Amino acid sequence: MQVPFWDERIETASRGDLEALQLERLKKVVDSAFKTPFYKKRLAKAGMSSSDDIKSLEDLKKIPFTTKDDLRKSFPKGLLACDMDEVNRIHSSSGTTGIPTVIYFSGEDVDTWTDLVARCVVCTGASKKDVFQNMMTYGLFTGGLGLHYGAEKAGMTVIPVSSGNTLRQVQIMQDFQTSVVHATPSYMLHIRTVLDENDISLKQLNLQKAFIGAEPHSENVRKKIEELYNIDAYNSYGLSEMNGPGLAFECVHKAGMHFWEDGYIVEIVDPETDENLEDGEPGEVIVTNLIRHATPLMRYRTRDLASILPGQCECGRTHRRLSRIKGRTDDMLIINGVNVFPSQIEEVIMKIPEVGTNYQICLDKQGALDRLTVQVEIYSKMFTGSAGELENLRHRIVEKLKGTITIKPLVKLHEPGFLPVYEGKAKRVIDERPKDEQ
Amino acid sequence: MTKQLNVFVENRPGRLESVTQSLLESNINVRAFAMQDRGDYGLLKLIVDKPQEAYLALSEKNFACALKDTLAISVPDKPGNLHKLTTVLAENDINVIDAYGFVLEPDHQGICCLEIENLKETNAPQIVSEAGFEVLSAEELSDL
Ligand SMILES: [Zn+2]
Repeated sequence: MQVPFWDERIETASRGDLEALQLERLKKVVDSAFKTPFYKKRLAKAGMSSSDDIKSLEDLKKIPFTTKDDLRKSFPKGLLACDMDEVNRIHSSSGTTGIPTVIYFSGEDVDTWTDLVARCVVCTGASKKDVFQNMMTYGLFTGGLGLHYGAEKAGMTVIPVSSGNTLRQVQIMQDFQTSVVHATPSYMLHIRTVLDENDISLKQLNLQKAFIGAEPHSENVRKKIEELYNIDAYNSYGLSEMNGPGLAFECVHKAGMHFWEDGYIVEIVDPETDENLEDGEPGEVIVTNLIRHATPLMRYRTRDLASILPGQCECGRTHRRLSRIKGRTDDMLIINGVNVFPSQIEEVIMKIPEVGTNYQICLDKQGALDRLTVQVEIYSKMFTGSAGELENLRHRIVEKLKGTITIKPLVKLHEPGFLPVYEGKAKRVIDERPKDEQ
Repeated sequence: MTKQLNVFVENRPGRLESVTQSLLESNINVRAFAMQDRGDYGLLKLIVDKPQEAYLALSEKNFACALKDTLAISVPDKPGNLHKLTTVLAENDINVIDAYGFVLEPDHQGICCLEIENLKETNAPQIVSEAGFEVLSAEELSDL
């Protein structure tokens, strides 16, 4: 299966050519970084005085990591590398702590970003023939606007509907025969139940593809979405500090997400030792943005966990691929001393046909011990009416989870529709353990 | 075969009420019911006048429910009759998964609803009839 390239020369460039381009661009980004108060200090401390200290890509390791906390502390202009006259757009996130982070874009920065997003869209086979309904939040969050501009540049018919109001989304899908949507995986699952509730059949829609991202999800969730809608679902990866969507995207082969190596340098490091890891080994994703100069950001700790897939993709693109995001270093749960990722629990649950698509993970204390409760809904279409089978089901979930995470959870079965639904990012973990004891 | 409607109901205030509300809205009459307690949830078993309609009404409200085949047997309300029935079942190696009964007319007629394991393979209706019990049809059950 071959689809056209957006920029064939660069997408199929040899490793040597890519690395030469990376080095050239990295030096320019270091130049920009020296114009910011934050990096001027940080790079001097690391013994660097100019981009001349970068002689090969190996020298990237001289540059210290930058963290989200650095961004917060630099608010509002500590990482601004140009005059405000040059700034064309601002994206900002408030975060949970209340201290915002901000990313400034020059006009050129917006253009280069948009071009990479267009590349993403095209590598899934989407084209100007498609009607694209963008259900990701617009505004300061980059997910909506990022895909909007890229899809528009790729020539698609873009419907900028933003997130929420599911009935209206469904109406628009019918009215304009939307063929491609962009949404969080949990919202895709939610819309499917709304279709059922309103007796809208898939035949009334023209849906063919979904771009899913903005929250970690398992392969089983992707498969579930593909089966529920009879469509292809493509994983998308981006983060607001690295422009937003367009950092990495799956091509038609759906075998990992190509990250555009002329735009970003991706490293994988061991989150505890900070050592660089080989392709194939899972660790924290570290990204250097090579194409943004108003807010340069180098060796940024994403706190996302993934690995670089070894080997070449069948599509012919030479840019390497990132595995799905397996979790975040900061959403790892420590339960009675054992490390557990919510994604591991999700993976188990989604394989069991008798449970619905919504679930919740609750943590509290029972005496001195942590107690893990996993709440799932019965999938009404698979319900047989037998009490024995329900007890079997509960037992099966407990055993499967125990086999994966080594902790024996409490499993609670609920009626369909009991658990809260989310139109944006789902809140799957409720941690009620006293903070000082964690 | 007579049908019983099994509904998954969480053990929280108001859940039973929302089942009966849905049944009321669809004008469905409940003939008999039993609740099987399973801790956090229960299984509500209903004998109704219009099982298929009741099933659709509850499904539409997103309840997890299922229609199960059940054996409704008329048992004369006299000492020893229930024993006679269970003896026949035991002699024929028929396993009862779930059962409940009610007296329809004191000293005269009782009804026994049985959920039988692998009902279709057991030939249970015939065995019970041959032992002198009346097995009620779906119509007879809803006309009680
Ligand atoms: Zn590919």
